[in-house]
Amino acid sequence: MNISLLLQMAAEACPDRRALTHLGHDYTYSELYDAARHAAKIFADSGCRYVSLLDTSSPAVPIALMGAAMAGLPYVPINYRLSEAQVRDLIARVEPVYLIISDEFGHRYHLKGHLEERHEFLGKVLRQHPIEFEAAADPSAVAVQLFTSGTTGAPKAALLRNEHLVSYILGSVDFMGAEHTEATLVSVPPYHIAGISAVMSAIYSCRRLVQLPDFKPSTWLELCLEEHVTNAFVVPTMLTRIIDEMEASQFDPADLHRLVSVAYGGGKMPVPVIRKALQLLPHVNFTNAYGLTETSSTITLLDPDDHRSAHDTADDAVRARLASVGRPLPTVEVEIRDEDGRVLGPGERGEIYVRGPQVSGEYEGRSVLDSEGWFPTRDAGYLDDAGYLFLSGRADDVIVRGGENISPGEIEDLLHHHPAILDAAAVGMPSDVLPLAVALAVVLRQGQEITGGELEDHIRIHLRSSRVPESIRFVEELPYNETGKLLRRVVREWFAD
Amino acid sequence: MEIKPGSRFKSAVCDAEVMVVKAGGEGELTCGGVPMVAEAPAERADGEASQMHGCVIGKRYINQAESIEILCIKSGDGSLYFGGEELMTKDTKKLPSTD
Repeated sequence: MNISLLLQMAAEACPDRRALTHLGHDYTYSELYDAARHAAKIFADSGCRYVSLLDTSSPAVPIALMGAAMAGLPYVPINYRLSEAQVRDLIARVEPVYLIISDEFGHRYHLKGHLEERHEFLGKVLRQHPIEFEAAADPSAVAVQLFTSGTTGAPKAALLRNEHLVSYILGSVDFMGAEHTEATLVSVPPYHIAGISAVMSAIYSCRRLVQLPDFKPSTWLELCLEEHVTNAFVVPTMLTRIIDEMEASQFDPADLHRLVSVAYGGGKMPVPVIRKALQLLPHVNFTNAYGLTETSSTITLLDPDDHRSAHDTADDAVRARLASVGRPLPTVEVEIRDEDGRVLGPGERGEIYVRGPQVSGEYEGRSVLDSEGWFPTRDAGYLDDAGYLFLSGRADDVIVRGGENISPGEIEDLLHHHPAILDAAAVGMPSDVLPLAVALAVVLRQGQEITGGELEDHIRIHLRSSRVPESIRFVEELPYNETGKLLRRVVREWFAD
Repeated sequence: MEIKPGSRFKSAVCDAEVMVVKAGGEGELTCGGVPMVAEAPAERADGEASQMHGCVIGKRYINQAESIEILCIKSGDGSLYFGGEELMTKDTKKLPSTD
């Protein structure tokens, strides 16, 4: 049970089908499989213990991922948006390392060790005489090691073993389920779990992977047309920008007639954005996928039918589901627990726990699974009567005010619907009067005005007085990382002084 | 032969190859009526005609008790059996693509 088996099967079943398109160049499944075997041999011969990649998306991504797994080495893609010092710290944690790096990053970061420039690496593995390579057999070998974003401390090294990733793919993807005409556009970076699962899902379904190394909404739209894209995965901030671009450039949505499916995840999707997307692209099937690095990607999903019924109905409970992340995959269990570990019922808010064969819940040196295999996600949320999961933010982000738990999400959701407000973030701030108070950062829409007093009234009327912020700041924009995660730590710092 | 998750076996009668996803219970894994092996023999054995209905790449095969699950990783002409019981394809719910 080695993830390279997924590629081996694709190469066996449809060797000459196009597997990957990068900057207009195509690669077939047999080309990728041959290259992965050469890569495996090179990695094994190098004596290195890890294979790392400091680069944007390119053919080196699937080849290194699969080649490393064959050689029994962990594949460790690194976030190229980190500072030089941060990158050096992470690299130091995976030595000796075979590091694949682009020229651009090679010049930016002064790294030592076994460095291999991307084009040279590809030259060594592509279009060579096929060789045999016996893939490592141990299903519990670490296939992927991802450093978490480290918003609260030093990045943790999350470990995903072959068995977790293979379980996820076998449980959620039909082998060769795609027609040869299908193509999926991937714009998430390779160091994100969604970037890893996208590669594996595309390979196992034999759906051509179209890589967009540097996301821009205009390029995304162009690639959709040029490459006849049928499927795509985006993070919420990308979808927002794509819709804005379509409106600004008067892009005709009918031109996207080939696009049948868009999945999104990796952060909270504002309901007005998905509503607009459903209106603008009525022929597209939208799927909301919720998952974490530690769970090998998707654990719950809100499927296209859920989207449509939530969009069309007058039933409040069904309408509300557009803000949910849907129901667990058939192979995944979800529970909500309170601080004492008691399992909560429908509608009760607590911490989300998950269990299933794809759940690793393991960091370098320690597993955080409980004795029965449950993983505490540190995400807060609740299930509705029909088992739909609603997220209310990270458990650490909950604002505790005078013994009352306030979820930032409830304030932000309200404000996202306000016509004058483009974006909003609620955080906890130290208060003289109470242990913690609500602080609010607001981005107004262009040409719109609203006073702090009016905002306070709006929140008091629709929520409760405890939700009224003690401090409000109007800002140009909120700090998001490149995969659409709001950096609450940065927002909190605004209110610290 | 030891049947454990991750183990791979080849058919002695056809092209079929399988990987064990889940293992449990006592029994022999056969394809076309002949025990499956780690290395394909130089010469193929004759399959039992009644057990030659084929197996298909990408399909998962289980027994009634669901104690064993096998992934077919290369199609072949033989049928898969475990402990004398014919394995059937596992029906999985079709999920929308999420990545």
